[in-house]
Amino acid sequence: MSILIDKNTRVMTQGITGKTGQFHTRMGKEYANGATCYVAGVNPKKPGESYEGIPIFATVKEAKQKTGANVSVIYVPPPFAAAAIDEAIDADLDLVICITEGIPVRDMIRTRYKMQGKRTKLIGPNCPGVITPDQIKIGIMPGHIHKAGPVGVVSRSGTLTYEAVGQLMEQGLGQSSCVGIGGDPVNGLKHIDIMKMFNDDAQTEAVIMVGEIGGDDEETCARWIKTNMKKPVVGFIAGVTAPPGKRMGHAGAIISGGKGTAAEKLAVMEECGIKVTRNPADMGKLLKSVLK
Amino acid sequence: MKIHEYQAKEILRKYGVVTPRAVPCFTVDDAVAAAQKLGGKVWVVKAQIHAGGRGKGGGVKVAKSIEEVKKHAGDILGMMLKTHQTGPGGQKVRRLLVEEGADINKELYVGMVVDRGTQRVCLMASSEGGMDIEEVAAKTPEKIVKVFIDPITGLKDAEADDVARKIGIPEASVAKARPALKGLYKAFDETDGSLAEINPLILTNSGDVVALDAKMNFDDNALFRHPDIVAMRDLDEEDPAEIEASKYDLSYISLDGNIGCLVNGAGLAMATMDITKLYGGSPANFLDVGGGASTEKVTEAFKIMLKNPTVKAILVNIFGGIMKCDVIAEGVVAAARQVQLKVPLVVRLEGTNVELGKKILAESGLPIISGNNMADAAAKVVKAVKEAGAAA
Repeated sequence: MSILIDKNTRVMTQGITGKTGQFHTRMGKEYANGATCYVAGVNPKKPGESYEGIPIFATVKEAKQKTGANVSVIYVPPPFAAAAIDEAIDADLDLVICITEGIPVRDMIRTRYKMQGKRTKLIGPNCPGVITPDQIKIGIMPGHIHKAGPVGVVSRSGTLTYEAVGQLMEQGLGQSSCVGIGGDPVNGLKHIDIMKMFNDDAQTEAVIMVGEIGGDDEETCARWIKTNMKKPVVGFIAGVTAPPGKRMGHAGAIISGGKGTAAEKLAVMEECGIKVTRNPADMGKLLKSVLK
Repeated sequence: MKIHEYQAKEILRKYGVVTPRAVPCFTVDDAVAAAQKLGGKVWVVKAQIHAGGRGKGGGVKVAKSIEEVKKHAGDILGMMLKTHQTGPGGQKVRRLLVEEGADINKELYVGMVVDRGTQRVCLMASSEGGMDIEEVAAKTPEKIVKVFIDPITGLKDAEADDVARKIGIPEASVAKARPALKGLYKAFDETDGSLAEINPLILTNSGDVVALDAKMNFDDNALFRHPDIVAMRDLDEEDPAEIEASKYDLSYISLDGNIGCLVNGAGLAMATMDITKLYGGSPANFLDVGGGASTEKVTEAFKIMLKNPTVKAILVNIFGGIMKCDVIAEGVVAAARQVQLKVPLVVRLEGTNVELGKKILAESGLPIISGNNMADAAAKVVKAVKEAGAAA
């Protein structure tokens, strides 16, 4: 078991002919069951061509019809990435994972508006992707630092997620799935959505939730955990030292008007029964301590 | 990206928002000529800096004669204007706006932000103009009216009118508030705004609705489609280190500590600052070198950090995923040599090719301190700063 993706997932890459799209499609194909999972690529200008034996189609719809792909990963450049998400939603895929960083917020507001009432789920944008260790990797995370196991990981950041995984591995703990939901203010699935999936997943025994300053997604998730979560959750929030009003790399990581501070998030999480640490080097140890 | 008040007003005017007649000025002579051209008996001389709180800091003065315009312009131009948003040193005033005086009946507030919860643009309005909206939100939240705008229809006439009535605009002036509110939304939407505020929006004694102040920030990710807005950028208002960093696609923010931090990834960079503080140190900056850091990028990052004279040590924290540790190690060694590094350097590497990376650092002959994990690296860099302080 796992969440969102497993060895039966069939993936298409939108933006497969760009340098980034090619590199990460190849890495994904080489990881675990990747050779059978990666089945299609999309580029409107290069239908009929192929990359590493993966056929390229003009549209998402056609790629889905011809190959049975149910998930798409997007590496399209920022000015065109929101339209690529729209196309994947219109094709009624199960899941769209948008890696692209730097999409204008205005474009994402319109894309999210169009998604209302649609069943397709969106992860990202501006995220590392999703990995179900030893089964499938979709995104830019290094596959080799992971292994299958009982811990679910959800995070808004990329390298900080790898850090959490690295610490789990030091404790001898593998992962059920690791989900990077991305650092943008307007995005797809939030902490709470992923937490619900981990709660229902038989393989997941505990969850690490890594958040950062900005917005109130972590607080919303924490309140849900308090009344619904059957499994232990530990947390860390990056940005205790961040000055207000400044954008800390991620477009979503900004504290404005005293809202969205790390201290406020940590307080709510603790109140809701989540074990939190203020030391980012202690995430793995803390998780181990709550595991039965 | 931020712009000045006079530039924001230029944009808003194009979208049908009424603003007082005004002239941007760069010298005292300009200011006097502007006041004469505007005519009338009362003028307002306003410092143009990007920070808010200008009035309280002495950067906005009312003049009742041309002589007073001259005096105020002379006083304000070149002053180091200190507000709650400028930092302790203040910001030098290089530009002025000379504006005709307004007869104010009521001061109101109207602003736009992107709301993460609803994933829409939110119009916020309040009868309490002239105050910080944060203060109003904290003390009297019931006085803030919010509309979450449908991105396809935009702000509707009925919504605009409803907001106008709720913030106390009399019935006779509702028709005048409508273009101000709709214009503000349209300007925000079409220019890819990230924040827009009119504070105060005033009701005049003759019943007009006028933007007395204006502030607009823009989504950096969308600047590629707004060359006209990029042209408004005022580099004098930005941190030189941040400008330099942006040239190399590095994400850098100056802080007030003494430990330079170089990290890959925004989340890990924040966490590195946090752990440095937790171990008793103080970060001098936030610096994310991004996913594809080359030797050149790492070298530039070192140069930028070292331009800050308060930096007493450097902490490099890299979790190599796609970015391999050996490549980073080579970049760090090359950079340390090129800049002839004189402060202690602690490097923590993890991830792909970590052993090879550590070997490169160890064999470089440079006095690089190796951190085994984040905690170890943070403890070592804090210790190095203390020892450097004791030796000096």
